[in-house]
Amino acid sequence: MEYRENMKNKYREALSTYLQDQTEQALYQGQKISKKSIEYNIAPEEIINIHKNILMDVYPDTPEKVLDSFDFLLEVMMGYGFAYREHQNLRHIQQELESEIKIAANVQSTLLETTIPNVDGLEIGAISVPARQMSGDYYHFVQDEKKHIGVAIADVIGKGIPAALCMSMIKYAMDSLPEHRHNPSSVLESLNRVVEHNVDPSMFITMFYGLYNPEKHLFSYSAAGHEPGFYYEAATKEFTDLSARGLLLGVDKKTKYVQYEKKVERGDMIILLSDGVTECRTSEGFIERETLIKFIQKNMHLHAQDIVHHLFKQLEKMQHFQLRDDFTLLILKRNV
Amino acid sequence: MDITVDVKDITSGVEVRVKGEIDAYTAPKLSEALYPLSKREGIVMIVDLTEVSYMDSTGLGIFVGLFKSVRAHNGVFTLVGLSERLQRLFDITGLADIIDIKSHAEGGVE
Repeated sequence: MEYRENMKNKYREALSTYLQDQTEQALYQGQKISKKSIEYNIAPEEIINIHKNILMDVYPDTPEKVLDSFDFLLEVMMGYGFAYREHQNLRHIQQELESEIKIAANVQSTLLETTIPNVDGLEIGAISVPARQMSGDYYHFVQDEKKHIGVAIADVIGKGIPAALCMSMIKYAMDSLPEHRHNPSSVLESLNRVVEHNVDPSMFITMFYGLYNPEKHLFSYSAAGHEPGFYYEAATKEFTDLSARGLLLGVDKKTKYVQYEKKVERGDMIILLSDGVTECRTSEGFIERETLIKFIQKNMHLHAQDIVHHLFKQLEKMQHFQLRDDFTLLILKRNV
Repeated sequence: MDITVDVKDITSGVEVRVKGEIDAYTAPKLSEALYPLSKREGIVMIVDLTEVSYMDSTGLGIFVGLFKSVRAHNGVFTLVGLSERLQRLFDITGLADIIDIKSHAEGGVE
C-alpha cells in the first residue's frame, strides 16, 4: 500500500514535468516507475486509472472526451492485466517445479552413490554426467568378500525423470542380490526378472556387468543389449570391441545371458561406456568409435581417472557444451 | 524436426511408413498412432523405416513396446528398411534376435 501512495506521487511529478518540457529525464522516470510497478504487481489498468486521476487533478480543464477515452483504454488493457497475472502465476509454479526437480536430482545422486574401490594393481576411472538434471545412466562398483570387484554400467531407454526413477529401482535390486550371486550372467538374469516384472512395459534397460578377479587377473562379463565397450591389449597395442550378445533387460523374463572371460595382462584396459558417449552428435555428424579410440590413445599414459576426465572434456567441447544424452565412461587399467 | 506416420490398411493388418527423426519429441506421435492398432487381435503390422534419418533410444523403446503388444495379441510385427545405423542398434540390443527384421526386397512394402 505504501508503495502505491509513493508511486502515485512519483507518477504525478514525472507526468507534470514531462507535460511541461517533454524532457528525456522525465521519460526515464517513467521507465523507472514501470519497472517498480511490475515488481509490486500493479496491473496496467490500475496505472491508467492513476494517470487519469492525476491528469484531472493537474489539468482540471482537460476536455471531458479525453478523460472518457481513458475509461475506454482501461477496459482494453484489462485483458493484458489478466494475461500478466497468469504469466506471473505460471512462473511461480515453474519455479516450484524446478526446485523440486533439483531436490529430486540430489536425492537421486545420493541414492545412486557408489564408492570406487581401492585395489592394488588396478586403476579405476569413472565419470557420469547427466544431459539434464536427472540421469538415466548408472554405474556401480562393489567388492565382495573374496575381493573380487563387480562393475555395472546401465542405461535406461528413455530420458529424464521417469528414466531416473527407474534407475533407482535397479540400484536397489542390485543391492539385494545375495553375496554369492555376483556372476555376471546370474546378476543379469536376476535383474532381468525384476525389470520385466516391475517396470513400465515401454521402459527397458541396457546393462553391462563385469567381475574382476584381482588375484588371477581374470575379467568375466555379460551384457544385456548394452553399447559395446573397448578392450585395449597392451601387448599388441590394439583396441577391440568388448562385445557380448544379450537381450535388453525387461523384454522377456526367460532370457539367458552368456558369460565371457578375458585374461587381463599388465597395461591392458577395459573401457565401458553408455550410448551417450557413442551417440555424441557434433556438427559434422556422429562421433566415430575410431575417433574415441584416438582420444583414448592420446591420453593413455595418464591415470585412468584423468583419461575419462580428458575424454569427457574433449567430447563436451565437440558438442558445444550441450550434451544430448547422459554420458558415462568407466576405465579399468591393470598397472602391475 | 517432425515425423509423419502414414498408415495404410492391408488385408490382414497395416503397413506403416515413418518419415523423419524419431526422438523424445517425436516419439509420442508414433506411439499414439500405432499402440491402439497393436492391440487388434492377430494384426499383421509392417513398419517401414526407410525414410527415418535418425532414431534414438526412445524410438527403440517404442518398437519393443509395439512388438510385445502385437505378440501378446497373437499378431505379427515386422520392421523393414533399416539403415546400417539402425540395424546396428537392433543388433547391439539383442532385439534383432527376437524381432522380425526384413530387408527391403522381402519386406512386402512396395
